[in-house]
Amino acid sequence: MPPKTRDPSGAQNMTQSTENKEETSSSGDSAPTPSSAPPSVPPTGPAPAPTRSHTFVVHVEDIPGVLNRVSSLFRRRNYNIDSLTVSRTHQEGVSRMTVVVQADDDKAKRIEANLYKLVNVLRVDNISDEPAVVRDLALIKVRATPEQRSQILTVCEVFRARVLDVSPRSVVVEMSGTREKINGLLDVLEPFGLVELVQSGVIGMARGADHTGASLPPTRKSIHVA
Amino acid sequence: MPAPSPSARPISRLKPTKPVSLPEGMENREGHELLGSQIIWESLVREGVDTLFGYPGGAIMPSYDTLIQYPIHHVLVRHEQGASHMADGYARASGRVGVCVATSGPGATNLVTGIATAMMDSVPMVCVTGQVPSTAIGTDAFQETDITGVTLPITKHTYLVTRPEDIAPAIHEAFYVAQSGRPGPVLVDITKDAQQQACTFTWDPSPVVMPGYRPNHTPKPGDLRQALDMIAQAKRPIIFCGQGVVRAEATQALTELVEKTNIPVACTLLGLGGFPATHDRNLGMMGMHGESWVNTAIQEADLILALGMRFDDRVTGNLKNYALNAKKIHVELDPAEINKNVAVDCPLIGDVRDVVQQWLPRVKAQPMGDWLKRIDALKGDSAVRDIQQLPDTGKLYAAHVIHDLYRYTEGNALVVTDVGQHQMWEAQYYKHDHPRKLITSGGLGTMGFALPAAMGAKFAKPDENVWIVVGDGGFQMTACELTTCAQENLKVNIAIINNGFLGMVRQWQEFFYGGRYVATPMKSPDFVKLAEAHGLKGMRVTERAEVKTTVEAAHAEPGTVVVDFRVIQEDSVFPMVPSGADLGDMIRRPEQTTHTGGKHNPIFETGQDK
Repeated sequence: MPPKTRDPSGAQNMTQSTENKEETSSSGDSAPTPSSAPPSVPPTGPAPAPTRSHTFVVHVEDIPGVLNRVSSLFRRRNYNIDSLTVSRTHQEGVSRMTVVVQADDDKAKRIEANLYKLVNVLRVDNISDEPAVVRDLALIKVRATPEQRSQILTVCEVFRARVLDVSPRSVVVEMSGTREKINGLLDVLEPFGLVELVQSGVIGMARGADHTGASLPPTRKSIHVA
Repeated sequence: MPAPSPSARPISRLKPTKPVSLPEGMENREGHELLGSQIIWESLVREGVDTLFGYPGGAIMPSYDTLIQYPIHHVLVRHEQGASHMADGYARASGRVGVCVATSGPGATNLVTGIATAMMDSVPMVCVTGQVPSTAIGTDAFQETDITGVTLPITKHTYLVTRPEDIAPAIHEAFYVAQSGRPGPVLVDITKDAQQQACTFTWDPSPVVMPGYRPNHTPKPGDLRQALDMIAQAKRPIIFCGQGVVRAEATQALTELVEKTNIPVACTLLGLGGFPATHDRNLGMMGMHGESWVNTAIQEADLILALGMRFDDRVTGNLKNYALNAKKIHVELDPAEINKNVAVDCPLIGDVRDVVQQWLPRVKAQPMGDWLKRIDALKGDSAVRDIQQLPDTGKLYAAHVIHDLYRYTEGNALVVTDVGQHQMWEAQYYKHDHPRKLITSGGLGTMGFALPAAMGAKFAKPDENVWIVVGDGGFQMTACELTTCAQENLKVNIAIINNGFLGMVRQWQEFFYGGRYVATPMKSPDFVKLAEAHGLKGMRVTERAEVKTTVEAAHAEPGTVVVDFRVIQEDSVFPMVPSGADLGDMIRRPEQTTHTGGKHNPIFETGQDK
């Protein structure tokens, strides 16, 4: 299954032509609402650029408060987070985040630049246009009578999901994959009755032999400050 | 937009950390067992701090207790907001890092307005705050505030220090972060127990290594060449001089560039002084209250060469119709500013002075004749008459006051303005020929900024003739610092442009809100008596003829002087781009007859005396 997270609608026209550069300061401009008063002068400026899903791999120093700094940046700049995950890496002192954001290409570059401005951010990679593996983990508790169980097991097999727990009236299914694939499973399971759903958020990694963010700067002797 | 490349080797403008040279007579206590409270001052002294602004309180008391051991002059403010503005003014006047100190909780939160002001205007500042003991953090202890959390979005970086051995490295890093790259405020929150505990004091003066922090950038040679081609091909180019020119100390280089190429210059509010105001090629200030010929020239230009500025909405007006004829070159140190408001054709991420100096040998004189003639024609009907030449009508206009102040200070004062009408009049009528001679809150627009910022500037530059231009509203926000002036024997001159209104809001009410003056008429105390109550000199001016003698009297007075200029009340700042309108679509100065019923009013004059 191709690991692209790219929204096909935004895949074309990614050149840096002037037409594509939107003025993003007035955030309302990109999506004019019918209720807003018509502008007195017809806009002659460039048309809004298409928005799509961008996946950033962000390596940060593993010290308290960094997650807060990153999430605060997104809130403060009015960037809409689809998904944010964070965990330690095999390198001591380095944590890794995967952040999925809806943005046009120009805004994505500014997000990257703003992330770099955070003192504790070591490296930012936008892997949206690179061959990459992107995965989400879902735990789904679904109603299942003993008669329905085998049906559900068959569905799970098709989706390469696993059943983790079986009780007289439900099963818990584990599924890892892209958002789209998980949504596909959910669509099929929904008629049985979804009881609970939890998803880990997206994690991503570029394919190939290289480390995403290969030239990570060396970590430093940590001072115990937040 | 090129993202910052981690492998790029930047040119560093930052002065390398000075080798430790302690003030004379100060014992070097490296290797000694010191209290955290002592390490704070040891570190600050090693960063070159000799003056700071603060206010004591419970969580910072251990440090105030050890302050007397150190050669640091502490200025006791009357409100912590004053401390942060003073540190700001100190930094803007000197180019060094300004330092303020406050206790936890309310002391720290009172700094917030000043920190946000410094952040918006990229001012290097370090704020040291006390915090409740680390064991009490999170318990809602007395005077506990999560100040690192509160200030996270309005600082460049913050530190919460809970151990004495971390104080020195945190302060060393804070100074580096505050002044490197695009400068900004850094807050260091130090718990009371970290101040009270002892450890062996060590100081590592070597340059800070921060793996994730990349303050410096150099533009790609190809982009530099592209920009040169664009400049060579331009028929109607215009240079924007922003605050980055002042910060990068690029005035000399910019002047050479202008004199070589003949390209005219427009300044942002914070760029005033970055290029000499009286230079022939200087058009003046752009933006909402810029002169109409400047804004029209921008709209007609075919190339904008933006140096160290960020296309603020007060500069651009309506973005949809902003400078549509112009290709744009944007020289800017902060990659996140590129394409933020205005899409640019050639971004050059780097230091303004470096870029301009690299251009200098490669630019040629260009025939600008037609373009300069066109701009002169634009000036023709809209330039305000040289108000020096106009007859005195017996009335006092703010523009008179500012212009006369310019004349009688010989254009050499360090002027600090507050926010509002007087700020714009100052920008229009006081011509600044040198950088760091105008200090004003541009981005945040902080009323109450002027007096404390000017005090900080005076501490940084004691030989400067400091004039504060402030409204009656803004002055009252931080007027408590008058008594700090008295206590410190500080000499600043305060010109209150007193019109009995919150003037800029009143003007908007007049223009855009049907003339309903809601909450703008303002009663003020007798400012002369207020000054006298503080043991300072107070004077009042109601006629233009008195301005000269009053300025002279103020200069003769050894202490701080408060001058209450009673200007006409319902005066407005012209010209003006209404909020959201196109830049070229300005409300111009009214005709002489319509606004005043035929009476002579110098503010509405048109045509330029030469």
